[in-house]
Amino acid sequence: MTLLALEGISRQVDLPDGSVLPILTGIDLTVAPGEHVSIVGRSGSGKSTLLNILGLLDTPSAGTYLLDGEPTDHLRARRRSRLRGEVFGFVFQQFNLLPRRTAVENVAAPLLYARGRDFLRRRRTAAEMLDRVGLGGRADQVPERLSGGEQQRVAIARALVRAPRVVLADEPTGALDVETGAQVMALLAQATAENGAALVTITHDLSVAALAGRRFRLEAGRLSPLVEQGALGAATSDRSSA
Amino acid sequence: MTGLLGALSEAWDEVRVHKSRVVLSLVGVFLAVFAMTTVTALGQLVAQVQQESAERGAGRPATIQVNAFDPMTGMPPDAEEWDAAVADFTERYGITTAASVSYGEGLYRLPGGTQRVQTVRVSPSYGELHRKEPVQGRWFREGDRASLSPALVVNEAFLEALGVPDLSSRPTVVLGGPTPVRATIVGVVREGYGSELVAYRVDRSGGPWDDAGSVDTAQAMYGGPTTLELWVQPDQAEQVMEIVSRDLGLALGVQVDAYRQDASGMEETLAMLRLAIRGAGIVVLVLGGLGVLNIGLVTVRQRIREIGVRRSFGATSGRIFSAVMLESVCATALAGVAAVGASIVLVRNLPLERLLNDGIPLADTPGFPVAAAVEGLVAATAVGALAGLLPAIIAVRAKVIDAIRF
Ligand SMILES: Nc1ncnc2c1ncn2[C@@H]1O[C@H](COP(=O)(O)OP(=O)(O)OP(=O)(O)O)[C@@H](O)[C@H]1O
Ligand SMILES: [Mg+2]
Repeated sequence: MTLLALEGISRQVDLPDGSVLPILTGIDLTVAPGEHVSIVGRSGSGKSTLLNILGLLDTPSAGTYLLDGEPTDHLRARRRSRLRGEVFGFVFQQFNLLPRRTAVENVAAPLLYARGRDFLRRRRTAAEMLDRVGLGGRADQVPERLSGGEQQRVAIARALVRAPRVVLADEPTGALDVETGAQVMALLAQATAENGAALVTITHDLSVAALAGRRFRLEAGRLSPLVEQGALGAATSDRSSA
Repeated sequence: MTGLLGALSEAWDEVRVHKSRVVLSLVGVFLAVFAMTTVTALGQLVAQVQQESAERGAGRPATIQVNAFDPMTGMPPDAEEWDAAVADFTERYGITTAASVSYGEGLYRLPGGTQRVQTVRVSPSYGELHRKEPVQGRWFREGDRASLSPALVVNEAFLEALGVPDLSSRPTVVLGGPTPVRATIVGVVREGYGSELVAYRVDRSGGPWDDAGSVDTAQAMYGGPTTLELWVQPDQAEQVMEIVSRDLGLALGVQVDAYRQDASGMEETLAMLRLAIRGAGIVVLVLGGLGVLNIGLVTVRQRIREIGVRRSFGATSGRIFSAVMLESVCATALAGVAAVGASIVLVRNLPLERLLNDGIPLADTPGFPVAAAVEGLVAATAVGALAGLLPAIIAVRAKVIDAIRF
């Protein structure tokens, strides 16, 4: 059973001088529910572009992206937006907390786009989520008053608050020192696992990548397994049977 | 449903979080709406006051004056015949308000000696037609015609000449003449210039004293011809003037002149004035709106990243658009409410009657004109919507991936 499947995904941009810059070329990748995948690559290798495509923030130039086995290329903008909110949670390198909103308001923010009970109970849900990342006592602090590690924990709570099926983390430890980064990464892995959500982590830090069940390397827009292991073979056979 | 609530609470949060910026950008809108609403309200009040004071003199629009006299002798028609003909006429054409008025003089025994005073003899309905608002006591009513002691409404100078402070002592005054009679003062109006005495007396009181107080027959003749006043719809005035001359003339065999005498031109002048005020208000409002737009444009650029983040939460384009838009509308609507509130407080506390109406209470004391308040709110909201449009479009156009790139 595949949750996300990229088949021959390419992404290129037209530069102002008329030339075409390929960023991603022929990417094949599957993500199963609840699994932890990491992608390592140097700066400029196309990691964020790949993650944005996975999160329906960007569209590929070629190839097929299947979400729950359904192609995503014909989705209307509105449906894409809703799917993005319901299926994915994002964690960014720069935390990207909403300035001047308290921690609990930040965590509740994604629920503004939910419907019914989820929307109406957003504050309570957010407070519970903050407790889970160990920041229950700082709920009314604004991000400007929190340390980097704390901000990223708020961001993790925010990414999980709508109970997404996939968390996409783009260099979640990139702005933190090594020790704090390790703690935050452990929290992220643990919290997503508790939620039963899949986690795709992008990083240039091999020790962070090592936490994942499956690891890939992105180099010059091409994806290759970082360490050969059985899981990759299983995923490939999954896809052929689907 | 929760979508709308969500957009609203999002916009509200935005306003709340950026209080000082929002407040600053709204100063212009606040001032514009405040000025416009106040000026509109005052304009309407002044118009009302002017209209009332014009109507006290000339009657409310449209008042038609009707005079009848025998073309040979110049004498007025017989009173009873005239009354019957008028009653017949008003009933036939459904004219609800008609009054009679005649100007004359009367002799009054005042503490300083007997004095001639200009006396207007009117029917009770004259009060409604000329917006008579007594500052003390009351205006005439039908029953006064049958009262044994003729009812008088006098001005304040008269009361002073009589040497009584107010009506609490139920003052009376003796009307001189061949058959003197004691009249009761039932009301006081603010009227006349300086120390000029003015008295109103109800017409056709029917008692033996009816002619008492008239200086002499010649004098009565001079002021005597009773004028009939008819209050009709302004657009029917021409028609009524024609009919009344013809019908009454035929019925009584006398010449009947009818003419309109209220200030019909004033409405146009006032309409012009209001138009000018509104024009100025709109200019100020547009300037205020440009201020809001300017700050909206600056901040939407600063907030592109935040908008990108909201996109990652699943915000649709529509949602982004309406949030930015609503934020602007919420803010200016709030400024509008504050401005209208401030305007109401100001206008309510202005001593309008003293400033505009020589201290005479206004007949229909106008409250704060609802139209002006509504207009202010609508204008503020519309400015918010217009000023929010461009930032909202920019917000929607922003490319998410560029917005969250660092
Ligand atoms: N819209 C665009 N126009 C031009 N070039 C682009 C565009 N988007 C991405 N690129 C280029 O594509 C390459 C990959 O970008 P991307 O942001 O995916 O890299 P990354 O692997 O996330 O790098 P980093 O580790 O520094 O975040 C970069 O060289 C970048 O300059
Ligand atoms: Mg990147």
